[in-house]
Amino acid sequence: MAIAAIDRAPTAVPTELARGRGGGGPAPKRTVVAYGFWIFILSDMVMFSALFAAFAVLRGNTAGGPTGAELFDLRSVFIETMCLLVSSYTCGLGALSAERRQPARFLMFGVATFVLGAAFLFIEATEFARMVAIGAGPSRSGFLSAFFTLVGMHGVHVTGGLIALIYFSAQVITIGLRTAVLRRLLCWSLFWHALDIVWVGVFTLVYLMGDWH
Amino acid sequence: MTNGHDRVFDDRTPGVEEYESTASYLSYTVGLVLAILATIASFVVSQTDLLWPPGIPVGLIVLAFAQIGVHLVFFLHLGSGSDSTNNILALAFGVLIVFLVITGSVWIITNLNSNMMPM
Repeated sequence: MAIAAIDRAPTAVPTELARGRGGGGPAPKRTVVAYGFWIFILSDMVMFSALFAAFAVLRGNTAGGPTGAELFDLRSVFIETMCLLVSSYTCGLGALSAERRQPARFLMFGVATFVLGAAFLFIEATEFARMVAIGAGPSRSGFLSAFFTLVGMHGVHVTGGLIALIYFSAQVITIGLRTAVLRRLLCWSLFWHALDIVWVGVFTLVYLMGDWH
Repeated sequence: MTNGHDRVFDDRTPGVEEYESTASYLSYTVGLVLAILATIASFVVSQTDLLWPPGIPVGLIVLAFAQIGVHLVFFLHLGSGSDSTNNILALAFGVLIVFLVITGSVWIITNLNSNMMPM
């Protein structure tokens, strides 16, 4: 009897009253899922903070090797930044289209997000290859180890995000924008926006402050 | 319980879309414009003497925080939902840990470096 009442609660209680703080009945599943994913994102941020701390501590330890000011090409960093920023924008518009049940628009924005994210990764990989080719690889100095770990970890996250985007877009095509798929897309867009926030820290701390020093 | 009517609402609470959809194209566009402005300002400040040179790192950090704020409000829509209290509390805890890890490390290692024997 009690269990049946709990089962029925989401439909029986007006959801505007459910604030996720215990009052007014259980929060909608979507809110709970987004909250759980938000906790994951914050724990990912804590992981990144350790890498940022390592970089901040090791940035001066160039061991006689090249410094950031000598290595970084700010023009390509600026293009990378714009790619990721605009991809965050198209990702947001895609999530909005998905929420409004417009699969064709979602896929259009999804393709734009993918292309911009892939462009970001391509520029980053080209920069890494150029640095390794001139002998400034991760094993050259403490500074470069920290640099490749931090920026590379961000790149790994972007790669994972792109793979997930392909996967969820395939789900939209095959099974449609049903609620479970919609929740995954919501979480995915949170992840993608969070990567852009991490990148703000990267280009400020690593590239701009490195160039200024 | 298992008739067709209930099944429709199995996965989705009614009314969710009406009140959750606080986001709009406009909000994302405003966010994009503000974020682009902050990014351009960061690059300009780091490359020119527009700012008093010793203040450049502080200026860059301020711009970065401003841009992160723009992302949180306009892209992640923090604070606009009725359920945002938990999200903001979790964010505050995350920011605390990030702050402790980064400033703690920099503080300790700077202190250590300045106490090293000159090489």
